[in-house]
Amino acid sequence: MTWVNAVVQGVLLGGLFALFACGLSLLFGTMRVINLAHGDLAVVAAFLAVEIVPVTHLPALLSFVIVVPIFLALGYVGQRTLIQTSLDRGAFTVLLVTFGLSVVIENMLLEVFSANSRSINIGSLVSKSIHVNAQISIAYLSLGIFVVAVVVLLGLQYFLSRSSMGRMIRAVADDQEASQLVGIDHRHVFGIAAAIAFATVALAGLAFGMYSSFAPTAGQERLIYAFEAVVIGGLGSLWGTLVGGIILGVAQTVGGQIDPSLQILAGNLVFLAVIAFRPEGIFKGRVEA
Amino acid sequence: MTEASGQGTRSADAEPPVLEVRDLTVFHGQLRALSAVSLRVRAGAVHAIIGANGAGKSTLLRTIAGLHRPAQGAVVLGGVDVTHRLPHDRVADGVVLVPEGRRLFPSLTVEENILVGRRGSGEGSWTPERVYDLFPWMRERLDQRTAQLSGGEQQAVAIGRALAGNPRVLLLDELSLGLAPLVVRQIYGLIPELLESGMAVLLVEQDVSQAVRTASTIQCLLEGRTTLEGRPEEFTPEQIEAAYFGLASSRAAE
Repeated sequence: MTWVNAVVQGVLLGGLFALFACGLSLLFGTMRVINLAHGDLAVVAAFLAVEIVPVTHLPALLSFVIVVPIFLALGYVGQRTLIQTSLDRGAFTVLLVTFGLSVVIENMLLEVFSANSRSINIGSLVSKSIHVNAQISIAYLSLGIFVVAVVVLLGLQYFLSRSSMGRMIRAVADDQEASQLVGIDHRHVFGIAAAIAFATVALAGLAFGMYSSFAPTAGQERLIYAFEAVVIGGLGSLWGTLVGGIILGVAQTVGGQIDPSLQILAGNLVFLAVIAFRPEGIFKGRVEA
Repeated sequence: MTEASGQGTRSADAEPPVLEVRDLTVFHGQLRALSAVSLRVRAGAVHAIIGANGAGKSTLLRTIAGLHRPAQGAVVLGGVDVTHRLPHDRVADGVVLVPEGRRLFPSLTVEENILVGRRGSGEGSWTPERVYDLFPWMRERLDQRTAQLSGGEQQAVAIGRALAGNPRVLLLDELSLGLAPLVVRQIYGLIPELLESGMAVLLVEQDVSQAVRTASTIQCLLEGRTTLEGRPEEFTPEQIEAAYFGLASSRAAE
């Protein structure tokens, strides 16, 4: 039964990984941008929540009402200025610029908030859980994060496949030049895609900040997990990202069940196995993001 | 009454062109792709650009669509200088290019390709419904990805996508490329229907006989310069051939 519990906890943890991976997947799927500052941006969102909760007296769970709109705007403006400028100079420049951004963000956070760990205080909810039986209990928070991840990924998938903006995002992702020839302002569409990606990063950061404590340097590790989830699932597929996150989560908890020191390693080994034996990911070729 | 007299006094040449290109010079890096090329296309007319590979035909269309910045010269649309407008704005201005190689969006269905074409749409009567009336087979295959279509069908979707943008000037780049002669004839057979609504067509074609059959005026480019221009019936096949291959001087010497 403890193994079943490990799998259940792994699936729930996978929701958090998928939420992190969502924005990375979207940016890569539309613009071929690999945002190395992805994890650090999530940490910024978490620090933002820590700071605004005491000021606004907003319940911590509702901090997304303020943080997500800020990140939407940040995403659009960041894309139209920094990312687009570097995109125009080539994919390698984007990689360098987002790497630089990552370093700058981390050091600014250290400067402002010191190296101490913080967390978003959600009160007693953090320890409440549903007791399924003696071995299996499901924390409300983990379940909540999992549900948010599924809703965000499904919603994004629906938005991309059904809305007229989603259609334009896919058209621009397919062929930038041809999209201009049908009258699409591809830079604006990129801005919208980046805004959405940043909003999901903010959600992931908030979920992470409620789930565990975090320090200014936590971003790098988050980026690696997000990257692994995207690659396991298959680049550019949002469905794959969800599945990839869950596989990574289960690998970590089952590995941790075998031996607590194996937790991180098990996840990385699954990732390496996918790279080695199925480099196109689990959901190959479904280019839908 | 006034309308009738207006039409009576307006000769074909005096009518202002929908599209006017003035002394367009374009560089690709060091290479001079176009040298002072000019042309005028009137509403309801088909102007065909012919020429060998590398003559600058596609560059000309792409510059008119806004994808290349000219070093000199102007692109004027309905009397308005659009030389510095961005490609997506020119769609709303009324210029739509059907690019070489069709360039459909592979992850979009047939219907989505047509709908996305309405994005920058100018005003006009080309709704998706009218596109499907023009290509009735599309109605049964709206949900298919374009990769599943034949070359001719893909070309039809590319044309339909452009028409959905309600162009005043339709730019067609190498429609016949990679298509069977029968399919090419079918596609060119559609052009008269487009002209009825007053659309102007500027096309690039490697198949000279096709261009001569379709066009009201032809213009031959050689190494980025105009070597021949006029109504197709004004020229003998030999003259066109000489302009096409740049044999004019050697012929004169004979």
